[in-house]
Amino acid sequence: MDDQEVINEFLIESNENLARLDQEMVELEQRPKDRQLLASVFRTIHTIKGTCGFLGFSKLEAIAHVGESLLSRLRDGELELTPNLVTLVLEVVDATKRFLLTIEATGAEGDENHDDLIRRLQAVIGTKAPAAAPPPVAPPAAKPAETALPAPVAAPVPAASNPETVELPREAETAASQAEAESLTPQKASAVSDSTIRVDVGLLDKLMNLVGELVLTRNQILQFNARQEDTTLNTTSQRLNLITTELQEGVMKTRMQPIGVVWNKLPRVVRDLATSSGKQIQLEMDGADTELDKTIIEAIKDPLTHIVRNCCDHGIERPEVRQRNGKPMAGKLSLRAFHEGGQVNIEISDDGAGVNPDLVKRKAVEKGLVRLDQVERMTEREVLALIFLPGFSTAQKVTNVSGRGVGMDVVKTNIEKIGGTADMVSRPGEGTTVKLKIPLTLAIIPGLVVKSGCERFVIPQVSLLELIRLESDSGKSPIEWIHGTPVYRHRNRLLPITYLSQVLGQPETENSEAVNIVVLQAEDKQFGLVVDGIQDTQEIVVKPLGKQLKGLSCYAGATIMGDGRVALILDVLGIGQLSGVVQESREQTKADSQQKDRSDSDRQTFLLFRAGPYERLCVPLSLVARLEEFSRSKVERAGGQHVVQYRGKILLLAPLTPILQGNPDEACEFPDPVQVVVFSNGERSIGIVVDQILDIVQETISVREPSQRKGMLGSAVIGGKVTDIVDLQAILEVADDRWFGRPEAHASEKPIVMVAEPSSFTRSIVRSSLEMAGYRVVEAADSRQAMNELERRDVDVVAASLDLPSAGGFRFLEEMRRVPNLAGIPVIAMGNRGDERPARGKHAVDFADFQMKFDRDAMLEAVAKLSADSGEGDMEPALAGERE
Amino acid sequence: MATQPDRAVQAKQYATFFVDGLFFGIDVLEVQEVLRYQEMTRVPLAPEVIEGLINLRGQIVTAIDMRRRLKLRPRTDGQTPMNTVVRTEEGAVSLLVDEIGDVISVDEATFERPPDNVNPEARELLQGVYKQKDRLLLILDTKRTIGFASGT
Repeated sequence: MDDQEVINEFLIESNENLARLDQEMVELEQRPKDRQLLASVFRTIHTIKGTCGFLGFSKLEAIAHVGESLLSRLRDGELELTPNLVTLVLEVVDATKRFLLTIEATGAEGDENHDDLIRRLQAVIGTKAPAAAPPPVAPPAAKPAETALPAPVAAPVPAASNPETVELPREAETAASQAEAESLTPQKASAVSDSTIRVDVGLLDKLMNLVGELVLTRNQILQFNARQEDTTLNTTSQRLNLITTELQEGVMKTRMQPIGVVWNKLPRVVRDLATSSGKQIQLEMDGADTELDKTIIEAIKDPLTHIVRNCCDHGIERPEVRQRNGKPMAGKLSLRAFHEGGQVNIEISDDGAGVNPDLVKRKAVEKGLVRLDQVERMTEREVLALIFLPGFSTAQKVTNVSGRGVGMDVVKTNIEKIGGTADMVSRPGEGTTVKLKIPLTLAIIPGLVVKSGCERFVIPQVSLLELIRLESDSGKSPIEWIHGTPVYRHRNRLLPITYLSQVLGQPETENSEAVNIVVLQAEDKQFGLVVDGIQDTQEIVVKPLGKQLKGLSCYAGATIMGDGRVALILDVLGIGQLSGVVQESREQTKADSQQKDRSDSDRQTFLLFRAGPYERLCVPLSLVARLEEFSRSKVERAGGQHVVQYRGKILLLAPLTPILQGNPDEACEFPDPVQVVVFSNGERSIGIVVDQILDIVQETISVREPSQRKGMLGSAVIGGKVTDIVDLQAILEVADDRWFGRPEAHASEKPIVMVAEPSSFTRSIVRSSLEMAGYRVVEAADSRQAMNELERRDVDVVAASLDLPSAGGFRFLEEMRRVPNLAGIPVIAMGNRGDERPARGKHAVDFADFQMKFDRDAMLEAVAKLSADSGEGDMEPALAGERE
Repeated sequence: MATQPDRAVQAKQYATFFVDGLFFGIDVLEVQEVLRYQEMTRVPLAPEVIEGLINLRGQIVTAIDMRRRLKLRPRTDGQTPMNTVVRTEEGAVSLLVDEIGDVISVDEATFERPPDNVNPEARELLQGVYKQKDRLLLILDTKRTIGFASGT
């Protein structure tokens, strides 16, 4: 080995030893009596000293020597381990590190003077200092250990007890003899290291590249192979495929390192910060053996350190403050790492003061990063995300380690550069957690090949959720537009849609056949990407784009396809942000959901049809049982009425037009085929014959004047045109006078429900639902009417709208309760979609239930339950509220 | 190429090419190879000067169109450009030029600052010129030529 190699080995090894020393010292501070630990620490310093001496780095050796002496006293129990002592030793470590840096840069020790440190160390070590510099007692082999002391620094070795001096030489001997040996292998060569081997990272990178090339070539061969018939070629290619996959996995593993490698530095960092700020901080690390690719480890080293520093600086409070707030004096800082969903998750939590969202808002506005009106509309998560913006810092004063306003944004950028995400959640007063998510490997990933324009692109599979193919029905587009943004209703959610060709500025292609949507996830937002075509999934090698293209956020890299052509890899987050579906949509989806709520509250589905001279009629679809079509020949006459055999029963048919015109018995010609809207109340069905069923429309109703015409409830604009709403009860009553008629014996058994609701339209809808279910209904338009009716009729259940005029809501309820024989009647409060059940608060009474006016099924269920509870006749005078 | 030993201590050699009639040269040590037009993958949203990406023996190389880079007239239809691949610290980059010229040596004495009658964008990318017998050899500053980044 030539000199340079020797020195390099020395540097590598010593750095490792020093890192271990850092860790061990911090551990030692927690467990000062741990003899094994102490011994280990001693050995480490001893080794360093020995090798320094061998290489002639005398200054370094001097420092190490004094450190070693200190530790030996500790080991022998002659000195107490105090935090001061630990700090001193750590200073030795730092000084050594600096020496090593100088050696690495210049090959020599440099001029740095550590006399002061040495003096302080000696002061601690013992009073028997300077003058008594004993000549080396030990055999010459010990010389390196003792004589190589620069003169000015005088005799550091205390003229201690002989046993000590004797011991030293022995160990020094072994150190020297080992050092004389060719290799400078660490003394602590454990069994584990025998089965490991050091490899230069550059070599691993090269291997990785070659494997990448191999994967690409394999892809090409496979593609070529698919077109060939030769079986030998096929089998050989398959074998090549298998081998390549295994080789790829193997090489990727070589580059994996446990994250503990980064974490090991942190105890020291935390300790130093805690000491310098007077705080107490406990560091917990979980998942240190979680493995990551080496390049990722390199990339997250600094961000992790910064986040930890932040927690120590700003998160964890001083002990007094913590105590005052009922927290344990020592703050807890925990690091967790685990694999999940193809990614590595790293969580850094503290139980400190948390982040004050108001403070963040203020700072962000102050720094001009966001406008006041914008910030007011943000969710808490969005406010916390402001911390990641460049130029942000809430530190009141700039500390040495953080608070310069360059921190968290750099963290986020670094994490995003390797394809990960950074997030922060916080509970003021309780703590903060920073969550990092990083992809497991960078280089070779599975991807979905899609087409847009005439180009191919690859979407990393890790971001892919689903593929949707929509065959476009004639005319009706599956994609809706809200706020000028295309969205698609998927599994009851609104998925923002973006067109890849648009994002990329490609000319639009007319794709009339089908719409291909790739459902993607970026951070935790989902959106749909419309592409022209979807091809297959492939393993691709990610190659970085050159500097000229790196700034394009829509691309994550490029790859070479099986046919040798280059294809761009899409950056899902970038595409989302570029097209606005990811960031801006945060505001938008809030507005969307508000809009949705608002509109759903009065959105109803209507069945549109026409009959006779009435061009547009409608009825709420919820009341309709079925739509049927029969051939005219199937219509028979029985008992003077038209009937048809339907589902094993006889279905009574009643033509609508004559009824509407007031001549129900007038003969009328049925069209062929006969269009029938079937209503059913469970027992009976009736088919109302119309001329033509037009459409089913979902619409927000705004009812015009109620109609005076018999058979009509009113008119409204539905489907863009004025439409008459049919009064279903009236029609049904006429069509089948036995429809509502029951054998008298049963009549009294059916509960009476009062519907108290100002809007006649709404009232009739609710009434219809109830009557179809067999209840008897009493209506009231305001509270006065309601009270009158309640006194006259024996009502079993009341459904009262919250906006009942004169007295609504609780006022109405209380009014009812004042009347003794009304006190026990359960009241269902009715609201519109989006309303919340009114809180009972200080009210003495409460509603029995709360339902949406148009939620037919729930309303029926509620009424059924309450009318069953209330029983026939005798009511318990108990208040409804107690029933619960 | 014969160099003149008693002249320039370091005789520089330049790989030359033509773009819109102008005669350019790049230090030959910076040039990795020269090849004919390769199949190009376009990069939507990329700066206009980027023609696309090519597959060079497994390496993905960005191709810069020199006509656009130098703000010269667009190529006429039918002209297929050639690739001059230059080495850089971050990998190879290809310059799309009209025609490839020879590798020539120059007389240092004939070096001058870029003339004024070249458009300003092009001037920025020049290190200087060599006045040859019947033409000017414009020396490209490779770093500046390829050293722009796509903005966000």
